[in-house]
Amino acid sequence: MNYAFDFGWLADYWPVLLKGIGITVELTLVGGVLGVSLGIACAWARVLGPGWLKPIVAAYVEMIRNTPFLIQLFFIFFGLPALGLRMGELPAANLAMVINLGAYGCEIIRAGIQATPRGQFEAGASLGMSRIQTFWYVVLVPALQRIWPALSSQIVIVMLGSAAVSQIAAEDLTFAANFIQSRTFRAFETYFAATLIYLALAIVLRQLLRGLGWTIFPRRTAR
Amino acid sequence: MNDFTTWDILRNLLLAARWTVLLSIVSFVGGSLVGVALLFARIGKGRLGPAFARTYIELFQGTPLLMQLFLAFFGLGLFGIDVPAWLAAAVALILWTAAFLAEIWRGCVESVAKGQWEASSSLGMGYLQQMRWVILPQALRVAVPPTVGFSVQVVKGTALTSIIGFVELSKAGTMVTNATFEPFTVYGFVALIYFCLCWPLSKSSQILERKLNVAHRNH
Repeated sequence: MNYAFDFGWLADYWPVLLKGIGITVELTLVGGVLGVSLGIACAWARVLGPGWLKPIVAAYVEMIRNTPFLIQLFFIFFGLPALGLRMGELPAANLAMVINLGAYGCEIIRAGIQATPRGQFEAGASLGMSRIQTFWYVVLVPALQRIWPALSSQIVIVMLGSAAVSQIAAEDLTFAANFIQSRTFRAFETYFAATLIYLALAIVLRQLLRGLGWTIFPRRTAR
Repeated sequence: MNDFTTWDILRNLLLAARWTVLLSIVSFVGGSLVGVALLFARIGKGRLGPAFARTYIELFQGTPLLMQLFLAFFGLGLFGIDVPAWLAAAVALILWTAAFLAEIWRGCVESVAKGQWEASSSLGMGYLQQMRWVILPQALRVAVPPTVGFSVQVVKGTALTSIIGFVELSKAGTMVTNATFEPFTVYGFVALIYFCLCWPLSKSSQILERKLNVAHRNH
């Protein structure tokens, strides 16, 4: 192996990388917030929702969890325009991430909700809370606290999976790496650098989510 | 000016799906073998083994599979070999699968009650004997459902190999789309085929979990 590694391109191309990181972070932020919200709504629908809604949500969850993210992305970006639903690459990427995280989040949050003892619902009702209030204050927050580690990992997985959005020309970190390597012909070095950045992003995101968990759920009782 | 019938589209996709299936099997089997080695390193007594395995798992779980595929594709090329896409795809997927399986199985081994270790060691069993006769048989029952469940991730992971040019179901979907200009139908079918591959695995994982329900039997 007589190959001279050369990271000299970093000097010229770091702004491109930085822009890519920005898009990846933005996608993760929007996808994370909206995806978890969708997950909460779907989990509510599957456990406590009206009877006609349950099979629909179940079908959505099964469909998303059993197909690759890349194909969901292609279907939204290339397939939906056939139905007259045309959107740019960033909205399409965002939509795909939200739909994807929504389905996984639904299953995770549902597990948390189902672990709530029945008496909690009754206690809420006996305090004169409405069903919605009971769900929000009594059921959801402890449920989220219970499954927060699993939900955090899923958000990190979605962030790493977002590398695929480069394939519909959303200009994320992977897209930036593709661009740089096509200019410099330093494919290995470029992807190596991008991989390290993803690793750093994943570590930082994991810590941030852990910190967020500590702030949202302050009354963490040690058992 | 489109000579593709719907059947032609489906037939071409199904032909390509064979490669998705083959790559999934190769990755899963290869990943299991590497995963077992990693597992033993991870739960071993020494200092170097666990540290290596932990770093390995962190690296592969903390970076996108797509990047791993790119690095395998271009990294193997650095050695002066002309790397075919299938080789890079298989290598990357095997290493990636191994990281996840090792971590899943570690949890299963650790779920075996500590008393089992103590009891078997009080019977004068060595480390390997304990593993072979006491720990692994119990851990295996816990491990089956999540392992089957993870195989779904492997099948879905193979979709990314289309990006480095391996012609499997996803790549075939793109190629057929370029020939027919019917992305809605084509990607709909692609999704459906993936679903038909993955859903039985997901479902059997759930059923196995209920049937073996070992995780809650000890409490």
